[in-house]
This record gives sequence, C-alpha cells and structure tokens, in this order.
Amino acid sequence: MANLDHNPAIAVDTHAHGHDHHDDHDHEEGTFLTKYIFSEDHKVIAKQFLISGIFWAIIGGTLSTIFRIQLGFPNTDMSFLKPILGGWIEGGKLNPEFYLAMVTMHGTIMVFFVLTAGLSGTFSNFLIPLQIGARDMASGFLNMLSYWFFFASSVIMLCSLFIETGPASGGWVIYPPLSALPQAAPGSGTGMTMWLFAMALFIVSSLLGSINYVSTVINMRTKGMTFTRLPLTIWAFFFTAIIGILSFPVLLSAALLLMFDRSMGTSFYLSEIYINGEALPNVGGSAILFQHLFWFLGHPEVYIVLLPALGITSEIIAVNSRKPIFGYKAMIGSIMAITLLSFIVWAHHMFVTGMNPFLGSIFMFLTLIIAIPSAVKAFNYITTLWRGNIVFTPGMLFSIGLVSFFISGGLTGVVLGNSAIDIQLHDTYFVVAHFHLVMGSASFFGMVAGVYHWFPKMFGRMLNEKLGYIHFWMTFIGVYCVFFPLHYTGIAGFPRRYYSFTSYDAFKTFGDLNAFVSTAAIVTFVAQFLFVFNFFYSIFRGRRAPMNPWRANTLEWTTPINPGHGNWVGEIPHVYRWPYDYSKPGAEEDFILQTTPFSATLSSNLEGEVDLVEETNASKAHA
Amino acid sequence: MFYLIIAAVVLLLIVIGLLVRAQVLIDVFTKSNEKRAGLSNKINGLLFPVFFVFGLIGFIWLTVSSREFYLPEASSLHGVITDNLFWFSMAVITIVFIATHVLLFFFPYVYQFKEGNKALFYPVNHRLEFIWTVIPAIVLSLLVFTGWKAWSDITKAAPADAVVVELVGKQFNWLVRYPGMDKALGKHNFRKIDDLNSVGIDFADKNSFDDFMAGEVHIPVGKPVLFKIRARDVLHSVFAPHFRVKMDAVPGMPTHFWFVPTKTSAEMKAQLGKPDFTYEIACTEVCGSGHFGMRMRLIVDDEDEYEAWIKSQQSFLAKNPDYLKKVPDNLKKLAEQSVEDNKKSSGATASINSIGKLVTKAY
Repeated sequence: MANLDHNPAIAVDTHAHGHDHHDDHDHEEGTFLTKYIFSEDHKVIAKQFLISGIFWAIIGGTLSTIFRIQLGFPNTDMSFLKPILGGWIEGGKLNPEFYLAMVTMHGTIMVFFVLTAGLSGTFSNFLIPLQIGARDMASGFLNMLSYWFFFASSVIMLCSLFIETGPASGGWVIYPPLSALPQAAPGSGTGMTMWLFAMALFIVSSLLGSINYVSTVINMRTKGMTFTRLPLTIWAFFFTAIIGILSFPVLLSAALLLMFDRSMGTSFYLSEIYINGEALPNVGGSAILFQHLFWFLGHPEVYIVLLPALGITSEIIAVNSRKPIFGYKAMIGSIMAITLLSFIVWAHHMFVTGMNPFLGSIFMFLTLIIAIPSAVKAFNYITTLWRGNIVFTPGMLFSIGLVSFFISGGLTGVVLGNSAIDIQLHDTYFVVAHFHLVMGSASFFGMVAGVYHWFPKMFGRMLNEKLGYIHFWMTFIGVYCVFFPLHYTGIAGFPRRYYSFTSYDAFKTFGDLNAFVSTAAIVTFVAQFLFVFNFFYSIFRGRRAPMNPWRANTLEWTTPINPGHGNWVGEIPHVYRWPYDYSKPGAEEDFILQTTPFSATLSSNLEGEVDLVEETNASKAHA
Repeated sequence: MFYLIIAAVVLLLIVIGLLVRAQVLIDVFTKSNEKRAGLSNKINGLLFPVFFVFGLIGFIWLTVSSREFYLPEASSLHGVITDNLFWFSMAVITIVFIATHVLLFFFPYVYQFKEGNKALFYPVNHRLEFIWTVIPAIVLSLLVFTGWKAWSDITKAAPADAVVVELVGKQFNWLVRYPGMDKALGKHNFRKIDDLNSVGIDFADKNSFDDFMAGEVHIPVGKPVLFKIRARDVLHSVFAPHFRVKMDAVPGMPTHFWFVPTKTSAEMKAQLGKPDFTYEIACTEVCGSGHFGMRMRLIVDDEDEYEAWIKSQQSFLAKNPDYLKKVPDNLKKLAEQSVEDNKKSSGATASINSIGKLVTKAY
C-alpha cells in the first residue's frame, strides 16, 4: 500500500465523501510509462493480461484453423499459406513435423497463455480488489512483476514459433524422451529449450500473481466483508490461486529436471535408449516419473482454468436472473471439494502407461468422486435460472453457454474416468472432444462472459450488445458443431495428433464429418473477430457506461465509472450483507447493494437479519 | 490468395463497423437502449429452446448415421465387457445430458424478463442439495464398481500358457519378436541393438536361439495372448483398436497387456463382407513426425494356421548366421543345434507347402 501514499486522491480519502469528480485528478498524474506500461494499478495490469490474452487467443486459434484445414481437407493445396508458413509448406502440403508443432503450440498457448494468464490474470487482478473493497493488491509491485514475467515468457514463446527448426512439437504435455532428445524430432531442439524457458518464466509469473491474490483476499477485505459475504467470483479466484501455488512449482521442478536431462547429461527421465544408430549412456531414469510430475500440475491446471470461469458465471447468472445464486454455501463447498480432489486424480491421465493397475483403480475411484461437486454446481446453476426474471445480456448468454459445455463435457469425463473404458478411449478424439468442451470452451466462455460483464467497469463504456448476441450464437452453435462430432470419431477409435488417417483401414472413414468439423471451426474462429472488433472499437467509441449497468449488488459498481488508482474516492465503503440480495421480497428494487445496511431495508429484512439492524446501527455510531 | 484473405477481412471489418454505427443510431432514436429488456431479450430467450430442438435432431441424426463407421463389435473377450460398460455409461450420461439441457434451455425461455415480474427469492434448499448430491453418488458408485471389476480382471496376471509376442516401438514402426518353439523370449539389451538385431537380442541367453522376428503379428484365436511391450527410443503406445487393447511402450520400462482374441481374420472378413479386411496396430503416443504412419498388420489365425505359421518362420540366428559369433563358447553347440532344427522345420513346412503357403495366400 505504501506505493499509494503519493496519490492525492487517496491521501485525503477520509475527508472526501462522494466527490465523484475527484477521480479526474487520477488521470492527470504519472507518465505514460508508469500509467500504462509499468503500472502497479491492478486494473491496468488486468487489462494488460486481457489484451495479451486476446493476442494469444488469435495466434492459438489461427494455428488450429491451419491444422483443421489439414485434417478436414487433406488434399487442399496449402501454397496460399506460404507467406506466413514459408518452408513448412512443402509442395502445397503441410510438413507433418510442423503439424505436430502447431498442435503442441495450440495446446500450450490456449491452456497457459490464454486460459491461465488471460483468465486468472485478468479477472483475479481486476475483481479481487474491486469486489472485496481494497485499494489495490497486497503488493502492487509484485503484481507488476507478475505481468512482466508473463510478458517475457510470451516473447520467448512467440519467438520459438519463428525459428528454423520450429517450436516444440511433442504435444503440450512434452513427454520425454521425445522432448528430451534433440535427435528425436526437430522441435525437440532449440524450440523445446525455448518452450522450457518460457514456461519457467510463466510459472514465476503465475506464482507471483497467485501469492498476491491469496494474501489480498485474506488480509485486505473491507469492513464487514466476511468470508461468507464474498461473491463467488472471489471464492473461485482464491482457491484457483491456492491450486496454482501448490501445483505450479511441481511443473517447474519437472521442467528443471528435463532441462538437466537435455543439457547436463543427467538421467532423470531417460533409460535404455537407442536412437539414430547410437545407444545412449543414460540408464536408471523413468519416463513415467515425468508424467507423474507433469500431471500433478496438469490436472489441477484444468481447474485453474475452469474455477475462475465458474466463479464468473455464478456471479453473472445470479445478477441477470435477478435471483440469489442457489445454494451459496454448497457452491463454496463444491469449489473446496474440487480444489482438494483436483490434487489426487492426476494419474487418470496415465491408466495405460504401464502404471500399477492397483493405482489405476484408486485413481478411477477418486476421479469419479470429483463428478459429485461438479454435478452440484450444475444443478445449482439451473435452479438459479428457475423462476428468475432473466435478462439476456451477452455476458448472461455466454454464462448459460458455459453451463451447457460444463455439463456436456463433464459427463463424458465420467466415461473417461473409468479406467476399463479408458483403455479404448485414451488418446483418441473422444478425449479431445471431452476436454475441449469442459475445459477449453467452458473456460473460454467464462472469460468472454467476464469481459462482456465487466467491460463497463474496465473502460467506462459498453460493448455493443447486438454484436455480442451474434457473437454468442455463432460461437455457441459453432463450438457444438466442432466438438460434438469429434466424440463420434473418438468412438470409432481415431487417435489424436495424427497428421492423416489414410494409412489405416480402421480410420479411413468419417471424411465428410472431418470436413464439416473443419468448416465449423473456421467459421467459429472468424466469428471471434466480431468480438475483437467490438472490444477495441468500444474502448474508444462505445456507449458511455452508467454507474451500475447490470443493477448488480457487488462493490465494484460503487466505484466511480472510471475509477482511478485506489478505486474509491473517499472512504472504502462498508459491507453489511451478502452479494446476492436480488428480488428480495419487500424490497423496493430487485437488487440491494452490499453497502446498504439492514437498517435501511427494514421492509425486506428476513428473520435472522433483524438482529443485524442493531449491529449496523452500532457500527455506524462507532464510525 | 493470402493477400486476398487479408483484404476480405479488412473489408468485413469496415462493413461491420458501419453496421454497428447504424444500429447504435437506430437504438438511440428508438430509445430501445433505455429499456431494461426489449425485443432482443425475447429473441434470445426463444433461441435457446430452438437450439435445443435443432441440436437434438442433429444429435439423433449424427448418432444414427455414424453407426456404420464405428469399429465392429470387439474381437476380444474383455473388449465385449468394456464395450458394454461404455455403452451403459453412455446411456446414463445421455439421459442426464438431455434432462439437464431441457431445463437449462427451457428455463431461459419460460423465465425471461417481463416488466413487472419479480424473481423468486430462493437462496437455498438443503433437501434438494442433499438429493442431488446423493443420487449422482449412487450412480457413480455403480459405474465405479463395475468398471473396477472389469479393470481388475483385465489387468490381472496373464495365464501361464499365454502366447507371448514382443512388440518394440521405434521411430517409426513396430518390431515384432516371437519366442520360437521354446516359448520363452531370450533376454534383450539395448546396447546390443544394431541394424539387423533391431530389438537387441542378447545371444548369451539360450532362450534367444530360436527367437524369430516377423513383419506382421500373428496370433491364435481363442487363446490368451500376452503382448510384451517395449520402446527403443521414445514413448509409443500399442493400440489394437478391434481388440480394445492399448498400452504405452516406454523406453527402459517393459509393459504388457494380455487378451483373448475371439474372431479370426477370416471370420471378420466374412462378417464384414470385406475381403481385404485386416486387423491393425497403431501408435497412440505422439512420437515424432511419422507418428501417424506406424501401422502394423495383425492376423488372427485359427490354431492350425497359427502352428503352421510359427513352424514356417526362420529363427533370427538361422537367417543371420553371423550372429552365432556372439553366442558364448559354452553355448555354441546348443545354438547351432537350434539353427539346424529350425532350418529343418521351417524348410520342411515350406517344401511340403500345404498349409504354410495356403496361409500366406489367404492374406
């Protein structure tokens, strides 16, 4: 907080009451460099993460459209891509090695750079201080470092796309020995080195961010903001950060050991290898060790991207249904259960790796347990819609879409988590369909929903709603057209990461379906530019936002329309109630701000809340 | 072409920009943006059930039309069990999928914003929460239990009389070794690998003398078959889709998978009406640029055909007598004897012709 002391708007905060115009002063100070580049303001950092995330999403999406052309229309002449792909197009055909590199980079970019940094980075940063009533993060400086480590990581990862031997190509899971041996694949050379360095920096960034989020939520809540009055977004960000703190270091250690194996002659993952006419000296290592370490992060990572999306959805669905979220405490309980279970299910990715089958049984059992809290969440969302008074903002549409993907992708998880069935389905398109729905699309929808919902707070302007509707329906229908059919190819046994299926009798079928999927993927990708356009256009030309456009209860809507560094002019408001008093019987409006004391809502107070009237009066007198 | 695409994108952006401007102006004139919910809200509310209906039709159509592309019924004993489990689980989740989506897509339509309506303040109901915690728990327990039983049966130790086949993955093909007449694979050592001895057979082990390499996998129908799986360079994974068999090949850590094939290749050809049908083995762990091409033919013979095929195979030592030098002196005699025996039996089957040739012709 020390860094805020020089801010005049805050220095006088105890005396300034409701001077909405004062925030204009904030805009005047600081150079461009400290205000927009090396900013310590959580809101600016959030926007930096968001815009970087959008940039990465476009790259990741472009990669997927290119390899979808290969899969859907294998006979296409791809010479027209020469201007961007150069030597990777050979005689009009995509190079198979580069196909794998694109699949790898698509996965890496989407999972880490878009859905981890773009989602947690944006919304944890933006919403935690605003919704708990804090002026900024516990450490603005660490927060700034977090973004710049991410930026450095991004630069390295981006550069790796352009080197001659191509980027990493062993799949986003980078299993050794393929990733450890430069002689095994061109992408395992410099590309892999850059991947590992980029990820190491990324993990530093993620840890700096997560530590900040956790300490801010614990220590910096405003008066009256007890844990049970926190919006579900904050609960979700809080547990996401905890998962990140506990699991990312394990990936870092896995990556470090891999670096040692690659360049210092150790044998952590290497044993008994004969490659390119040469028996390597390494013995005693275990390739499976890497998989355990990787998935110890890799599985929680699914929840690192999904939980914030679920938190965002909980908030948006409640606001736009004009109803309290159903089962607030059950929602918190299920977030906790998912957090705990996310650490003890990782080996379900490894049923057929030769791991002890008994261990497989244990992990099957634990994996299927995680379906229970997930089911509770889905039912609670649906019940929140029941007898609501639903306003379909674009954010709300994307949230409903998220719930749909969460259900349809989650259900196939029940099938995959069953080790006996997984024998056949492992590493087929069934898995691809499953995780693209439940973790990819669901989290992506959460992110987009969040942008539509909090854009007015971020930029003081509204996104164009009509474009938002078109964007939603094209994306929602598009995503189902892309990923639903992939279940069928998966059932037919099609393995993933295949450049082409023509050499097998068993996988020659489904040509039309793959063409359909590819077309849908390209259309869906193009539709995202409606959003990109809307986003950048509305920053400058959008309709000016009112103070509380969605008539929501949470604290961020009590700040000025364009909050300065420090968020509130004057005292940080007190909180008297939970964030979900929507459509309370007896209330004048269909929402009651968290800052409204019970003494001001005598007509709508429920039985247990009558005592709180005294309390609020007492605290007011004290203040 | 590439620049054409760029130009098209730019043009599209300009058009969208103009349309957005026009639409905003209309909104301002009609003051529709001052209302809490207008026509758009009704349309969006309606589109959810419409999407559901069309989605359901697509789902059913796709399910029906895709059936012909699925793999045929499993050709192994355990495969039939896991297939049943799979389809049972799919039935359960389809019911849940449709039921939840009926609610999820019709609630938005039914409970869309109406001026003057007030939503029901309904924050909690412990009984409901309890019900939808317990019911999934029961259903999942059922699935876990059946899955666990099948999994334990599949992964228990292979019967002692199982036919052993060694599969070794390398970039980018599979290598196959049979134990020969003694039914015991010789030891292997990755340091002994060279161009000919591609799986690193250790000729200091007398079990290796009659081992032979094959260009395709032959297994007998109705008998337990044990795949012993290794990898030479990077991870690979043996995937025999028709048998519902999958197991990773890991350098330095041998794995295995055993199963009982139930239909010969000939039976499958007849059943499917495809005279050129053949079972296949694929690789399902990404292993480099040739990953998608690691196809290996697999043939299920009836017992006689299988015996004849085994007999007709030349052992590695018989094919490559140079390697007799690598046999330790005290075992040389044994090795030479083994080569002689092998030459006699494989030569005999070849000259008598009968079954051996017929078998090869058949495929």
